[in-house]
Amino acid sequence: MEDRVILRVGAKILIPYILLFALYVQFHGDYGPGGGFQAGVIFASAFILYALIYGLAHARRVLPLELATFCAALGVVIFAGVGIVTLLKGGLFLEYGVLRHDPVHGQHLGILLVELGVFTTVFGSMVAFFYSFAGRRTGRS
Amino acid sequence: MSAHLPVLQVLVPLLAAPLCAILRNGRAAWAVAMVASWTSLWIAIQLLTLVLANGTISYELGGWAAPWGIEYRIDTVNAFVLLIVSMIAAVVTPYALKSIEREVEASRVALFYAAFMLCLTGLLGITITGDVFNVFVFLEISSLSAYALIAIGQNRKALTAAYQYLIMGSVGATFIVIGIGMMYVMTGSLNMADLSVLLPQVSSSRTIPVAFAFLTVGISLKLALFPLHLWLPNAYTYAPSTVTVFIASTATKVAVYMLLRFFFTIFGPAFSFDVMQLDRVLLPLALVAIFSMSLVAIFQTNIKRMMAYSSVAQIGYMILGISMASVTGLTAGILHMFNHAMMKGALFMALGCVMYRVGSVHIDSMRGLGKRMPWTMAAFVMGGLSLIGVPLTVGFVSKWYLIQGALEKGWWPVAALVLLTSLMAVVYIWRVVEAAYFQEFPGDDDGELREAPLAMLVPTWALVLINLYFGIDASLTAGVAGAAARSLLGVGP
Repeated sequence: MEDRVILRVGAKILIPYILLFALYVQFHGDYGPGGGFQAGVIFASAFILYALIYGLAHARRVLPLELATFCAALGVVIFAGVGIVTLLKGGLFLEYGVLRHDPVHGQHLGILLVELGVFTTVFGSMVAFFYSFAGRRTGRS
Repeated sequence: MSAHLPVLQVLVPLLAAPLCAILRNGRAAWAVAMVASWTSLWIAIQLLTLVLANGTISYELGGWAAPWGIEYRIDTVNAFVLLIVSMIAAVVTPYALKSIEREVEASRVALFYAAFMLCLTGLLGITITGDVFNVFVFLEISSLSAYALIAIGQNRKALTAAYQYLIMGSVGATFIVIGIGMMYVMTGSLNMADLSVLLPQVSSSRTIPVAFAFLTVGISLKLALFPLHLWLPNAYTYAPSTVTVFIASTATKVAVYMLLRFFFTIFGPAFSFDVMQLDRVLLPLALVAIFSMSLVAIFQTNIKRMMAYSSVAQIGYMILGISMASVTGLTAGILHMFNHAMMKGALFMALGCVMYRVGSVHIDSMRGLGKRMPWTMAAFVMGGLSLIGVPLTVGFVSKWYLIQGALEKGWWPVAALVLLTSLMAVVYIWRVVEAAYFQEFPGDDDGELREAPLAMLVPTWALVLINLYFGIDASLTAGVAGAAARSLLGVGP
């Protein structure tokens, strides 16, 4: 894609907004359509677009495969970790109400953290899937 | 903390999985898996003790009350299955260390343990939950990780086997979710206890019988009921030895549990057997599975494949017991879930030891192993005796109950078939015995081939001893299975 100036410049302009929109979908998930899964896919799509336009090697320098798989695992730890915290605070598993003094605040915080875990896992997995499929011919890193 | 045991049962392996993936070091991941699987076993024992003492345990996830929130509900039936699954996991993990280092690429060992823990999470989750949609979610977790586990070995044929399993398994899971969706449309509920109350009110509609049919086919695919077993022989044969041991001893048992849960608890035996006449489908298929798969097993030259076909036949025994829909028959079916897990676990572990030293489980490479690997082959013979159903092994106890159940119903030909197929098991086990003990070792006598490492022999023999212990004193297993059968049929404690 070295000679496709429009694509290269277009992608450069678009990518920050894709990332920002992903975060909007993430944090607005409590009130409107959206949530961790959708946000994670959108966030990953920015990296996939970057890889398509600028090449896999550049994308891997920005976000190595190891980091992507680490994110995929980390999200599950965040999710389960929230559950463990609620257990330790004397509630049932994932009973967000106990996270704060005010149960409503607790519910907000809990769902936000759990969705963050979902976001991290989905984002990491999507990028890792893309790398594994895209990198098949050039061999594994 | 004991109030949280139900969720910890699933949470411990779920947390272990990403930790294994993050650690990236095979040995460290193994240590995590070791801690997680033994903790799971401890929790499962605690839960079974609690259930036997105080009756059903209910746990509300997130503090949302039962019909709306997800509920974990543990009674005798699933407490017993939790014990089977976590016991096999606890025995398999120490065994895995050496076997996996030999059979899986070093860079993937940590990922293997991550997938293994996820598979354990899924299987325990299916078993423990009281919510039908949650069953589907955990089913996907366990199935997807099982496909990865089968494909992770160095055998390239494993890729096709895993792909075949992926297609068949996904069809099964789709059918199950369609059935669940139809039940949800008709009742508006996903909670098992709630569904069992609501379903009889709408069971005259056409949707519920269709949902029933989808669930029957979907679950039968998952438990490899003849003729939906085609994914199983390849998957078992080409997977790494440890994976074969784990999947063969747990995945199909959990699918049988799903069958019990859906048809006895949710639809109820009256609807399943009197209205839908499920036994008319299950009984012939079980009989054909037992007979034809035992016959096919006799002609296999790859011993792992032989054992895989034998597994399909053994699943037939479980389904046969269930299709009787009587206390004795169900007891036999549930008991055989435990017993078959232990005997097939021991057999596949012994084969894994052979694979570790010899590098093949073809019948020709078993020649003369009786002298070279005495403990391994002795374990195989003991497992084989249990499979045949020789007295003092668990196999005998299963068949005893099964034949009793058949005679109670007056099904003389069925009882005769069970005895006949036991003789067929003698034939295929004998082929291995003959090769191992009565044929000469083909290679030169430089004594290079040694006994398998202790880390693999000890778990193998642990399962063999369990086979013997519960074969001599079956009061615990048969007692729990009997209580489970009575609670499923709703005929008193």
